[in-house]
Amino acid sequence: MTQPSFLDLIGSGPDGWGPALAAGALMTILIALAGYAIGMVFGALGAWAKIAGGPISRSVAGTYTTVLRGIPDLLVIYLFYFGGSTAISAVGHLFGASGFISFPGFLAGALAVGVTSGAQQTEVFRGAYKAVHSGELEAAIACGMSPFLRFSRIIAPLTLRYALPGMGNVWQIVLKESALVSITGVVELLRQSQIGAGSTGRPFDFYFIAAMIYLAISTLSGALLQFGEKRFTRGVRRG
Amino acid sequence: MDFVFLYETFITLISAIPMTLQLAATSVALGTVLALGLALCRVSGIAPLNWLARAYIFIFRGTPLLVQIFLIYYGLSQFRGVRRSMFWFILRDPYWCAIIALMLCTAAYSAEIIRGGLLSVPHGQVEAGRACGMSRFLVFRRIVIPLAIRQSLPAYSNEIISMVKATSLASIITIMEITGVAAKLISETYRAIEVFIVAGAIYLAINFLLTRIVVLIEYRLSPHLRQAPALQPVAAGEMR
Repeated sequence: MTQPSFLDLIGSGPDGWGPALAAGALMTILIALAGYAIGMVFGALGAWAKIAGGPISRSVAGTYTTVLRGIPDLLVIYLFYFGGSTAISAVGHLFGASGFISFPGFLAGALAVGVTSGAQQTEVFRGAYKAVHSGELEAAIACGMSPFLRFSRIIAPLTLRYALPGMGNVWQIVLKESALVSITGVVELLRQSQIGAGSTGRPFDFYFIAAMIYLAISTLSGALLQFGEKRFTRGVRRG
Repeated sequence: MDFVFLYETFITLISAIPMTLQLAATSVALGTVLALGLALCRVSGIAPLNWLARAYIFIFRGTPLLVQIFLIYYGLSQFRGVRRSMFWFILRDPYWCAIIALMLCTAAYSAEIIRGGLLSVPHGQVEAGRACGMSRFLVFRRIVIPLAIRQSLPAYSNEIISMVKATSLASIITIMEITGVAAKLISETYRAIEVFIVAGAIYLAINFLLTRIVVLIEYRLSPHLRQAPALQPVAAGEMR
């Protein structure tokens, strides 16, 4: 038996893993997007609590960001995956089901990535809100805007503009973190490479191509983010 | 809450703390040396060196650490040349593979931190050193490096903490550090939340201590930013 070449391995021929790897890459992007969206929600809530909350919600948000930025992401994924399975099995027993019911890996992974990135996103949003000039808020009040209008027309757009670079960083972190979700068995890029490496005995080729795909995704999305940053800061005068 | 179980978990996990600290300390120490080399390449002004360092940093910051670990631990064994080489006794050991991967990864991140520190040294200080007759190396050793270290310490503490967190990935290649032991406990007892609380608390304590230590070092290194201690008042008669 002859060994297929590297190009055969990653192509779409009979020995090719190209389509499988592409599907894995798509799954990676989906997990990252879902996790990022969840992180945005947690980040917005956390920043809101830290900026406008009372002492209780402030300390809750403070604990959340300290804890989630101080412990490894892998541990959080384990918590959601195994903890979620235990919880679901317990609920299942109430309804007469028996045995172990596993928690969907995609959901556990996206939640775990979302909760950890939410802690970083909180700080990004909070810092961006601080950068909004107080004169602009005063002007909005002076114009007679209601709190909702003030938020939707002045605070939210300006905060998002200042937050863009930080949000780009969080996206890159989330993308790389999504590789850890492979331990839950979700067939994303890294898991697919593991499967390929296992069945062909060519681990280096598969992990190498996986690394290159990750690099391509992060470079492309980085370029997109930079383009977005340029577009949304058109109105800003540069010194 | 089952305090007996929490206590037992705590006792089990404590035995894994040295492994986590060992992984983090070794890879940070080795990574710093590599990072200094990379940062010097970046600021050297020699185009090929600069591009080499840039490519290295781009690749290692753009790919997940777990992929790098797999590439080194599982990937390299694909080549017969590697299996027969004198380095095989290192490369077949998950402990050293984890350290190599962590070191290569942290070097890419810290190189940029160190570069920022090097660039922050005011040019006048270098000129003053040269004017005093110091050689380039002496200026670098006595002026540039101390100032750069002080400047980059805050960012460096973030990097150290993220390395402590990153050591958890070593558990995936069978190393029994805190997360590895925690995962084993979870799969044995199915009590994810309790184990998570204990393991998380240990990581938080480690990171809290590290942050304090770095703040202390920073305080010691920047006496010029503090008010000078008041001099002892001297009685007029003792004046000479």
